[in-house]
Amino acid sequence: MSETLVLGAVAYDAKVVPIWDGFQRWFASQGLAFDYVLYSNYERQVEQHFAGAFHVAWNSPLAWVQAQRTAARLGRSARAVAMRDTDRDLTSLIVVRADSPLRSVADLRGRTLGCGAGDSPQATLIPLEHLARAGLAPERDFAVRRFDVLVGKHGDHVGGERDAARALMQGEVDAACMIDGNHLVFSNEGLLARGATRVLAQTDKYDHCNFTVLDGAPPALIERFCTLLFSMGYDDPRVRPLMDMEGLKRWCDGRTSGYALLESACDRFRYLDSFFERMKVA
Amino acid sequence: MGAARASNVLELGELGFDSGAHVLVKRALARLAPGEQLEVRGSAAELGIHAAAWARAEGHDAEFAPAGAAYVLRLAPGAAHGARWRGVERAGAGAGPEHVVERAPQGWGLAARGAAVEAGAPEFDFAHTNKLELWADDLGALYRQALASQWDPATAVPWNAPHTHGDELEDALVSVLTYLIENETAALIVPARFAASVHPHFREVQQLLAIQAADEARHIEVFTRRATLRRSQLGLSTAGGQASLKTLIDEPDFALASLLLSVLGEGSFVNLLWFLHEHAPDECTRAIMKLTAQDEARHVAFGVAHLARQSREDTSLAPRLAAAIERRHDALRGTAGLNAEVFDALIVLAAGAFEPASIAAGHQAVVELLRQMHAGRRNRLRLVGLQPEQAEALSALHTRNFM
Repeated sequence: MSETLVLGAVAYDAKVVPIWDGFQRWFASQGLAFDYVLYSNYERQVEQHFAGAFHVAWNSPLAWVQAQRTAARLGRSARAVAMRDTDRDLTSLIVVRADSPLRSVADLRGRTLGCGAGDSPQATLIPLEHLARAGLAPERDFAVRRFDVLVGKHGDHVGGERDAARALMQGEVDAACMIDGNHLVFSNEGLLARGATRVLAQTDKYDHCNFTVLDGAPPALIERFCTLLFSMGYDDPRVRPLMDMEGLKRWCDGRTSGYALLESACDRFRYLDSFFERMKVA
Repeated sequence: MGAARASNVLELGELGFDSGAHVLVKRALARLAPGEQLEVRGSAAELGIHAAAWARAEGHDAEFAPAGAAYVLRLAPGAAHGARWRGVERAGAGAGPEHVVERAPQGWGLAARGAAVEAGAPEFDFAHTNKLELWADDLGALYRQALASQWDPATAVPWNAPHTHGDELEDALVSVLTYLIENETAALIVPARFAASVHPHFREVQQLLAIQAADEARHIEVFTRRATLRRSQLGLSTAGGQASLKTLIDEPDFALASLLLSVLGEGSFVNLLWFLHEHAPDECTRAIMKLTAQDEARHVAFGVAHLARQSREDTSLAPRLAAAIERRHDALRGTAGLNAEVFDALIVLAAGAFEPASIAAGHQAVVELLRQMHAGRRNRLRLVGLQPEQAEALSALHTRNFM
């Protein structure tokens, strides 16, 4: 590839275009030629990453696990080089209506749980893993109702969580899964009236997106990319709008210690099997 | 993260982040000295969960611990805390007119005068950014006067007053009203266009232009309503009249547009409207002409005030004003000017009857109107900085269409 750093990202929303256009302009002003390729789903993005279509992937946590596991099976390596401060230490909640008779996760037996998209780490896979560790298997001990908004985008689109929350308030499900921050957002929006819900369970902390590179990516180019990312300051009016759009106050190192819950979920539910078949690494 | 000083403890009670707790937390964080932490205590049901999510989104370091039935949260402001407001620039030292700057930066955009503008706000493209070009003394007083003088056509005009005049007089009136509507449409468009291109830092100018446009909208309404009281069709719109008005609409320079529209055109219209007030065939028309003449006089006052000020400070203005009048005169040389129907209608209205003696009196009244218009223009041209002989000559070049 040329000296242009190429990024792969998923178009989970129309705002993705102005975000990466903005990064392109700013990187150019800093002397880094930057371009990006958008995919409609993370599976295609991971596949194309291994095909060498771009250098850096802006990966969901599930796409990271897909990339990291695929690399391991191919004898290659994947590395998380950076993430947002807001990607660290998230938790997900299982929420019930305040007047619900459910008092503990065990009470979910025989009930219906509203989840996000089937491929959403935060609103499906991680909460189901949390319940499994408490001895409750989905579709055996409780029914799962998925709110599949934009499958392939790994729940980046918050619509699935919102639909699950709405279904909870309408009595269509007995409990709903959502990120802690979205519980606050939905409460402040009035979707969840104040005092109308109760938190039945909270998962352990986990991490969210990261910039992923595979072995063989041009080191100098990646280093320059990371150096520029880490130099972005929220007090710089040129980059603050980009940071606001992308939802962060500072870039952090790409740690990988926060994906254990999701990896367990993938293993327990054999979630990656079909993806490995697609990648011919099954 | 260590313990916070006793003075840095915030008690939220039962207030949660889903009920506005962030307002108190932000307030307390803003009062911390550098390096200090905030301890937040409260008992709202999801306080710990929501506080952690809020702190993460805000970029603050947070530690959270249950404390009996309550929660304790220790917050250390992150590096981004307050970063948005570093490097802010005040859009003028204060809100009052005394803080108007000579040239308003495009980056101040729509910010209120005196507001703190975040760095990185978009650059706007307002065409008029110079105080010299726009400003007049006592703008605030002119605006207050304009506001206080607003009137409601539904109640201010006696629409049901009796008409005793004949059909031919009514036809003459409808001819004049048709002409007035067309001219007032130009007088609406010009200030409306400038209101949108004047930098908002000069808000008094924008306000005056906006109310001027609103005045004209009302004038168009009452002229139309009066014209259609007894007639279903309006009078003529001439090519020469529209050509004259188009030169007003097309003028991009604020000073020159003010000269041509307000100082000369609307100034002449004040005379015309008082003439129509005097010779109106009915009480309804008389009231309309008085109300609209008063509005137009304010428009003239603003135009004269800001051009007089600019002329005192910029000696190059007077020659530019003179050139603009000559240029417009040349451009309209080949047009007919005021249409003959309107001119004749003015005679008929002033005559009030079709006896030869009445017509002669009406004609004399119109000649006197033209003399008054010329005198008024000459005086106003002197007020905006032109020499007496020059004012005399230039007034004579004003469009025969009056506006």
